[in-house]
Amino acid sequence: MIPTAETLVQAQGLSKHYRVGAGFLGSQRRTLQAVDQVDLEIRCGEVLGLVGESGCGKSTLGRLILRLTEPSAGKVLFEGRDVGGLDRGQLRALRRQMQIVFQDPMTSLNPRLTVGGILGEPFRIHGLAQGRAVERRVAELLEAVGLRPDHAGRYPHQFSGGQRQRIGIARALALRPKLVVADEPVSALDVSIQAQVMNLLLELREKFGLTYLLVAHDLTVVHHLADRIAVMYLGRVVEVAPAEGFDQPPMHPYSAALFHSAPIADPTRQTRPPALMGDVASPLAPPPGCRFHPRCPEAQEICHRQGPALREIAPGHLCACHFR
Amino acid sequence: MSQPLLDIKGLVTAFPGRGGELRAVDELDLSLQPAEVLGLVGESGCGKSLTALSVLGLAPPPGRVRAGSIFFEGRDLLTLPEPELRQIRGARVSMVFQEPMTSLNPVFSVGRQVAELVAAHQDLPPAEAWARAVEMLGRVGVPEPAARARAYPHQLSGGLRQRVMIAMALILDPRLVMADEPTTALDVTIQAQILDLLRRLQQDSGVGVLLITHNLAVVAQMASRLAVMYTGRLVEEAPVAGLFAEPLHPYAAGLLACLPARAPRRGQRLPTIKGVVPPLDALPPGCKFSDRCPRAFAACREAEPDLVEVAPGRRVRCFLHHDQARQARRAA
Ligand SMILES: Nc1ncnc2c1ncn2[C@@H]1O[C@H](COP(=O)(O)OP(=O)(O)OP(=O)(O)O)[C@@H](O)[C@H]1O
Ligand SMILES: Nc1ncnc2c1ncn2[C@@H]1O[C@H](COP(=O)(O)OP(=O)(O)O)[C@@H](O)[C@H]1O
Ligand code: SF4
Ligand code: SF4
Ligand SMILES: [Mg+2]
Ligand SMILES: [Mg+2]
Repeated sequence: MIPTAETLVQAQGLSKHYRVGAGFLGSQRRTLQAVDQVDLEIRCGEVLGLVGESGCGKSTLGRLILRLTEPSAGKVLFEGRDVGGLDRGQLRALRRQMQIVFQDPMTSLNPRLTVGGILGEPFRIHGLAQGRAVERRVAELLEAVGLRPDHAGRYPHQFSGGQRQRIGIARALALRPKLVVADEPVSALDVSIQAQVMNLLLELREKFGLTYLLVAHDLTVVHHLADRIAVMYLGRVVEVAPAEGFDQPPMHPYSAALFHSAPIADPTRQTRPPALMGDVASPLAPPPGCRFHPRCPEAQEICHRQGPALREIAPGHLCACHFR
Repeated sequence: MSQPLLDIKGLVTAFPGRGGELRAVDELDLSLQPAEVLGLVGESGCGKSLTALSVLGLAPPPGRVRAGSIFFEGRDLLTLPEPELRQIRGARVSMVFQEPMTSLNPVFSVGRQVAELVAAHQDLPPAEAWARAVEMLGRVGVPEPAARARAYPHQLSGGLRQRVMIAMALILDPRLVMADEPTTALDVTIQAQILDLLRRLQQDSGVGVLLITHNLAVVAQMASRLAVMYTGRLVEEAPVAGLFAEPLHPYAAGLLACLPARAPRRGQRLPTIKGVVPPLDALPPGCKFSDRCPRAFAACREAEPDLVEVAPGRRVRCFLHHDQARQARRAA
């Protein structure tokens, strides 16, 4: 994949392998392939949805892109520059361009700081504003995410889950980043509050020209917000396609399983999940060949031996399956 | 209609609070027919779990049932002596929880835990109880059940642990299973497997199921009737098809409208319910939904509407539908 002018982030052969203890008292060290040889492009101004089952490497990939985790192999280009080659000063400047929003705002907000303190921190750390000016910027941020300026004096525990998520989003926006990695930003919220926060994400994207990498396990959330959807399975990206029409064939067999497993919020239509064999496999022992083959209803002999490459099967549609 | 399997009347479950008792479940009427799957939905904190725990006499202290009756197969569980309750609890009425890891004992094998449940209620030699446990684990889709029965909970995946919980809930052939968010912690492909399993077991055994979830899509696929709770109250009760086609209570309508899957177009603003569920010590006067309701009018802030029947099998707690209820009564 060749980066173009509209590419904001380009991951190339990105991997994160952990050495973990296994067996009796952890005596045997084994390799856990959290993310393995991922190529992925994030385009300027888009919402790229990232889906896949628990443990497939979504959060790890997000952290690798933000350089919050060092890759075992591969690289990340941000606006064409290799992030790995930057010195500390340059990396600090780059950090302002890329921010993260976490699933659980309660554990990601410092409980001892007021909201004003939390939101003012980025300005002070980066020396961007002092005193009164910080207060003004904090008030602007609070208003941008639908809270009131007088909320600055309160502590995180004095807010509801949805309000805390708004604070987490405000903090991510403080330095006017270009890229926001939102890791399950609405998963912990009730549907009504989820809709409020989803609307806020859409609004802020419009207002600040943001690019999102949106990690979520709820496909209906991703399908609603994303322009393109990337599907991961056991550390690998197996499909990338436009969200519009994503649920139509030809789909990767795993994507199809994900889509058709989700219960339909309509009692007149029956969910028909495909018969997936077995359980999610372990990233400690990824199956040979196509990693999905032990569960794939379409697996053939070749799938046991040979892993399919991620290739373009239609304009703008990447898929890793021998039979697509 | 036959005698309901479960018939809850005027249930009040409350916690002591600073300014008096806080009613987390308030004047709840709810009934479930034999072999019926009833969905119980509402935002978190609306009292769904506490309702189920109250049925089992397990409301967490200092919370306790303050009023009402809970008839199960015609007997009021709230007045039954403890030994008889013990016979019912876990055997005739059982429960499946959201997080099996916290309800399974980490130091015993799963087979032993299932077998001990059998032994506690039925006079069986240990070898036979073990055999029954293995058989049940097989029925709920645990692969190689004889070997897996020896596994400890942490050695199983989340989906397998939930299957073990379902095995424990069903092995004594209960008449009622209360499943509290049984698939919320699971991945979507595993959720589909567990829901399919629950559906098949329910159809085979004719057990009644109270399915508690905040996921309306799960209810759409699993239940025949739906009860919507808000601030400890029932606000609408209806057949699933009717409620999804035309929710009558503004809260039920709001819950459905904000689902992204039901949005008319991708990428557009979703309808929302403004604000949040109020804490129990700061409920608005009158209708408890009035501070968030897009259709509230003056009367809504003065008195609380009753839960009234607007059509057979359909009850709504909202002034907007009181006229309809009156007409329905007159026609009858
Ligand atoms: N620091 C670490 N050391 C060892 N293994 C790790 C570490 N961090 C993550 N992993 C493993 O890497 C794999 C991918 O984890 P990751 O958190 O990226 O998954 P995820 O797709 O975000 O899952 P979820 O949907 O549950 O959030 C998992 O098997 C996880 O256990
Ligand atoms: N130990 C407790 N002390 C005080 N209030 C409680 C306690 N446990 C639950 N509650 C309150 O009871 C209400 C209902 O809780 P619950 O039944 O768990 O809701 P749901 O299952 O619908 O999310 C909530 O408002 C909750 O805050
Ligand atoms: S390559 Fe084979 S196993 Fe893999 S998804 Fe395609 S058909 Fe299934
Ligand atoms: S009674 Fe009034 S406030 Fe309550 S739900 Fe009906 S219209 Fe809304
Ligand atoms: Mg994650
Ligand atoms: Mg609950």
